[in-house]
Amino acid sequence: MTVPPLLEVSHLRVQYAVKTGLFGRVLDHINAVDDVSFSLQRGETLGLVGESGCGKSTLGRTVLALQKPAGGQVRLRNQDLFSLSPGELKHQRRFAQIIFQNPRSCFDPRRTLGSSVRMALDVQDMLDPSARDAAVAEIFRKVGLRPEHRQRYPHELSGGQLQRLGIARALILKPDLIVCDEPVSALDVSVQAQILNLLSDLRAELQLALIFVSHNLAVVEYIADRVAVMYYGRIVEIAPTRQLFADPQHPYTRALLSAVPSIDVARRAEPMPKLGDPPNPARLPSGCRFRSRCPMAMARCAVEDPQSVEIISGHWVACHAAAGPVGQ
Amino acid sequence: MMAMQQIETPQTGSPKNVQPLLRITGLTTEFRLEGGRRLQAVQDVDLDIGAGEILGLVGESGSGKSVFAQSILRLVQPPGQVVAGAIAFEGRSVMDMSARELSRWRGRDVGMIFQQPQSCLNPVRRIGWQVAEPLLLQEKLSRKAAWAGAVDLLRAVGIPAPEEKVLAYPHQLSGGQAQRVMIAIALALKPKLLIADEPTTALDVTIQAQILELLRESCRMLGTSLLLVTHDLGVVARLADRVAVMYAGRIVEEGPVETMLTAPAHPYTQGLIGAAPQLGQARGVRLKDIPGTIPDLSRLGAGCAFAPRCDARAGQNLESCTLSQPLPVSIRPRHRALCFAAKASSAVSPCEISP
Repeated sequence: MTVPPLLEVSHLRVQYAVKTGLFGRVLDHINAVDDVSFSLQRGETLGLVGESGCGKSTLGRTVLALQKPAGGQVRLRNQDLFSLSPGELKHQRRFAQIIFQNPRSCFDPRRTLGSSVRMALDVQDMLDPSARDAAVAEIFRKVGLRPEHRQRYPHELSGGQLQRLGIARALILKPDLIVCDEPVSALDVSVQAQILNLLSDLRAELQLALIFVSHNLAVVEYIADRVAVMYYGRIVEIAPTRQLFADPQHPYTRALLSAVPSIDVARRAEPMPKLGDPPNPARLPSGCRFRSRCPMAMARCAVEDPQSVEIISGHWVACHAAAGPVGQ
Repeated sequence: MMAMQQIETPQTGSPKNVQPLLRITGLTTEFRLEGGRRLQAVQDVDLDIGAGEILGLVGESGSGKSVFAQSILRLVQPPGQVVAGAIAFEGRSVMDMSARELSRWRGRDVGMIFQQPQSCLNPVRRIGWQVAEPLLLQEKLSRKAAWAGAVDLLRAVGIPAPEEKVLAYPHQLSGGQAQRVMIAIALALKPKLLIADEPTTALDVTIQAQILELLRESCRMLGTSLLLVTHDLGVVARLADRVAVMYAGRIVEEGPVETMLTAPAHPYTQGLIGAAPQLGQARGVRLKDIPGTIPDLSRLGAGCAFAPRCDARAGQNLESCTLSQPLPVSIRPRHRALCFAAKASSAVSPCEISP
């Protein structure tokens, strides 16, 4: 028997109403997450990439039960999150935490940083109250903040320091999983590197699993063990990082990769992909949702929504034009 | 006669020989803070932009690159003020222009686009009129001709079905389309200089690729020079002919794009290049971060602003770094760095100090 995964997401579906009628009747909705399944092992990092509006943040939030799904399951530590009572769910939240893109907007400006971090312990009633301050001091040291920062307020810190604080608040509950929602996108490159290095040190030390949501493919390639590419609610390709970047199969993944401007001046003349504008998410094309922008679209794509197929062990693609499954 | 002189001393001559499109010398922009303290967001900057050239201005947030771009256009608002320096556009002093001349110059000769196109467009006017406005005001075209001009401009920047889109309001546009409209407005009068401040930062990477292509092609076609302000070295590598790196209000290094990205001389430029993960880079290699954060510009010491974060200073134990401002060192032709540790690759001679 293999080890059961830390997190198992199956056929998850999240809908947002975009138009409501009389008495709040939903007239039109978008599928922000549309039939998504994947699993995550302890200590593993899954990168989640895609354009804005593709549903990657919604997926991250739903995995933490911060958003109600319209269907499907999320099992964390073998518990179905959406069948738990509120009390049980609160207990489960200890094991899965989140770090946001803009740390400045997620700390109470009138609370000292130490007390903001300690509050997580208070809410979860973890540790003896007398031991909590020592735990806060320990976690501050671990994320590279100085002890005196505990008495400071959010406005006194730089963006990079605040993101360290966000990491501290997530870590203090000793979670198994952290969803990192664009954690370095608001930071400058020099500081971004500090935070990425910190995350990869902590992950190794604490056997943390990460879901790393980002639009920056180079950052995801750097930090993730596996990468899932999302397009309007669907995971269109998922593979081990090296495999995905070396041999992308889905035309969308290829377009994304070739659109990243390289720092290599010798490659500046390479043609850029011409993808066309993204579709209206409430009016996705029939069949394959990428069809309207796909350079390889054929007649079959208009009628049949491609299913995810495993082409090499661990490498799944949802595309009619991509290589066939193993053994075919 | 003029042409002869230009051929003899391209790019490096004194102002009398060659006239770049834009020549900035000793530009300093200061902000007065509460309590009488002053903060120099731009300090003693010298920079030329040649005709038709694409200059990438790179820096992190707070480096002063946006204030610098605003200073060129004299758009800095109090408590900010340009306190020293000269800006010459085709030999004319921008600092000495009257309000009327300035308005005409900004409208005709310079275009500007910003990071958030949606916030620059008037939400209650159809985009057709917003694109037509410069044609109406500056070209004095008739309403009908200006409207037709707007359709043509939108077509040129790749807006699909421009005859219908002229009637749209800004909220009906996607981010990429809105940026195309901004480019159409900025280029409506075929300006000689376009200043683009982080034009693709808010866009998805696939849309960014298209906007960069559009910027490059439009500038090439019109012969427009482009000052491209960005934090993304990949964008610079893709578009720029020349790169200037800004740190704490100063241009710390400047040179042709190839040498700047393959053989940077300033430790900060080296740090920036090492800190950003690149596609295809070997995995498991630790990112070389730059320790610390950017300094508080109102509390700068006498020495180099980068000294507290600098590896080269620590490695070579250079005392001068914390004591005085480094002078520009010529690394190779057209490539200079503001650093005590930077070595010239050919001739080890400090540049002439600008006034």
